[in-house]
Amino acid sequence: MMKELRTAIRAIIVFTIMLGLIYPLAVTVFAQIFFKSQANGSLIVNQDGKIAGSVLIGQSFSSPEYFHPRSSFAGTGYDAIQSSGSCLGPTNKKLVEAVAENLSKVLKENPGVKAKDVPVDAVTASASGLDPHISPEYAELQIPRVAKARSMDVSEVRALVDKYTDGRQIGFLGEPRVNVLLLNLELDRIKKVSNRR
Amino acid sequence: MAGSMWFLLFIYLFTLLVLSIPLGLFMAKVFNREKTFLDFLLVPVENFCYRIFKIDARAEMRWTQYAFALLVFNLVGLVLLYLLQRIQQFLPFNPRHFGAVAPDLAFNTAVSFVTNTNWQAYSGESTMSYLVQMAGLAVQNFLSAATGIAVAIALVRGIVRKETKTIGNFWFDLTRSVLWILLPLSLLIAPLYIWQGVPQNIHAYTDVNTLEGAKQVIAQGPVASQEVIKELGTNGGGFFNANSSHPFENPTPLTNFIQILTIFLISAALCITFGKMSGDKRHGIVLLVSMILLFVTGFFFAYKFEKAGNPQFAALMQRGTVENMEGKEVRFGVLNSSLFAVVTTCTSCGAVNSMHDSFTPLGGLVPLFNIELGEVIFGGVGSGLYGILLYAILSVFIAGLMVGRTPEYLGKKIQSFEVKMVMLGVLISPACMLVLAAIGVVTAGGMAGISNPGPHGLTQVLYAFSSGAGNNGSAFAGLSANTLFYNILMGVDMLIGRFAMLIPVLAVAGSLAEKKKVPMSIGTFPTTGFLFVVLLIGVLLIVGALTFFPAISLGPILDHLQMLKGILY
Repeated sequence: MMKELRTAIRAIIVFTIMLGLIYPLAVTVFAQIFFKSQANGSLIVNQDGKIAGSVLIGQSFSSPEYFHPRSSFAGTGYDAIQSSGSCLGPTNKKLVEAVAENLSKVLKENPGVKAKDVPVDAVTASASGLDPHISPEYAELQIPRVAKARSMDVSEVRALVDKYTDGRQIGFLGEPRVNVLLLNLELDRIKKVSNRR
Repeated sequence: MAGSMWFLLFIYLFTLLVLSIPLGLFMAKVFNREKTFLDFLLVPVENFCYRIFKIDARAEMRWTQYAFALLVFNLVGLVLLYLLQRIQQFLPFNPRHFGAVAPDLAFNTAVSFVTNTNWQAYSGESTMSYLVQMAGLAVQNFLSAATGIAVAIALVRGIVRKETKTIGNFWFDLTRSVLWILLPLSLLIAPLYIWQGVPQNIHAYTDVNTLEGAKQVIAQGPVASQEVIKELGTNGGGFFNANSSHPFENPTPLTNFIQILTIFLISAALCITFGKMSGDKRHGIVLLVSMILLFVTGFFFAYKFEKAGNPQFAALMQRGTVENMEGKEVRFGVLNSSLFAVVTTCTSCGAVNSMHDSFTPLGGLVPLFNIELGEVIFGGVGSGLYGILLYAILSVFIAGLMVGRTPEYLGKKIQSFEVKMVMLGVLISPACMLVLAAIGVVTAGGMAGISNPGPHGLTQVLYAFSSGAGNNGSAFAGLSANTLFYNILMGVDMLIGRFAMLIPVLAVAGSLAEKKKVPMSIGTFPTTGFLFVVLLIGVLLIVGALTFFPAISLGPILDHLQMLKGILY
């Protein structure tokens, strides 16, 4: 009886040191040497040398001169220490109301767009609340607004959208997508909007 | 669109088979003490471990000794993990200075990780220090998976051996599972994740000024090393609250593909191992074919309903149908989210890359039903194989009843003791799921957690207790589960689901090992052909459907009908 208990205690100590300390710390050392940027969260530094965010983590955008991301339930929106989806069920009134509200917001912000042309990612919340991407259709729909707010050519903005659009990985994995933060950073780099804080 | 679905499914299953066949043959060698190419490196480490454990790894154990060693080891793991959470404020690697985890939550989490469930009533990035994640949770990710593999191998030995009282040595099976299988595969895959963007550091969280001038704090940590074993060991406990939908856990469609691949990998390989160890590979292939058929069917069903979406959205957006993107990430879309949801619940993994709570009612029924079938479609690491073997024994028993002969499986007579143990293993978990869910929906403590009213609320509670007893760990995550009621009841649910299955399995192993092998005769029901595949699937679906149909009709099916009629809550 007691013999098995002693064996178990010795075993858990050995495995905790091996799998809980040596293994993760060895992987950390490897990562810091060979993939330093990714290992530290794929952070982006802006022109002023400050950290502007992570390539992989979405940010809130609401002013017209920026492309807008999806609706987020992470904290009060894109809170990267409170990742979460809405978890609203299909027959929950709150879900249908949220979708209706998102839809009317998209229609109001982008004059001339019809409800039947709005892609579904524009009106629904992501799973993580930190989704860095929107669909190319949702980006396309926002191009005229952003171009107008920045006094840029529509074609110029569209070229930037294309630049930050990724297709399916290896040709068949995942869905085409646009990285909102990278796109907005590039817009700022090209043309600082004067009335920004 | 349909084209890309077929292509994805084909590539997925093809890659899975190409990888699992050599892995399965390799595992057979590992547990039979045959030579492998890793021996020169690992045998010294293995012997070092045994020296510290002070055991003779060649000493054979009876099933009772095996079960006792396993239970004691799991209990010690449970106590250590509980303590680590309770004193994390005094320990290093805690850059956010998180305080002690509350006792009920620490109990729930410790049970959850030791039983390979990884139900998470907490949110990782705001509760657990890096030390608890690495040295507590991730260690149990390895050890609970290794425990599952050990039991599966013990059962295979019981079936294969004859006229002996012993089924192997628990410490040997455990140590070899870790050293030869889980750790090397983790080390192999972790660099791929890091390359694709999964963080691996022990820094403090990063403060960011967003482009619009707001503050954002970005959670960091040793994510990759934990992420790998989370899928490989079919654990499913995320480093972050949003699990594999979080861009740091699952940044690209490629990492997503590797994740669904590694969730099935060891379970598929174990079928091959079983075939190899039993001396007739067709026995393993029969199980694998049954699993693939059930998996593909479930996937079509889930994908179809997620694609068809919610008619409320379609009405608002003035078109015929709108696919259901609520609670899904753009990079995965509906296709890869549906696939992940089915894979993670066929197994006991429970990682999620989309929010099952926001699935359409019938799209969400597939994950629920997969769990309720006992996660035998590939199933958890080890638990999938021993689960489906219980059903295989039950199937030959039923076939035997129909033709009036003593049933046999691989030359072993299936008699009253085995059938009793199989029935315990097959029925205790479902009973636990249904009884506890019933308690959940008639008590104030249970009802308080429901976030989606109406039939969907019943599904939330049913899903939680199914996920617990099934040791899955995924959730209809709107449920507020970090309450005394759910922490304690879910803890009990998970313990029963794990050990009320493990112990009967080992008992069957012990009893079968003692039996003589009877030669095949003309009257033996063949367990290697397509007829057996049909029988096995039939038994599985009938048991599952009979047990759960009433609850499912009041939950997801009613929810579906109301969604179509536009009845909202």
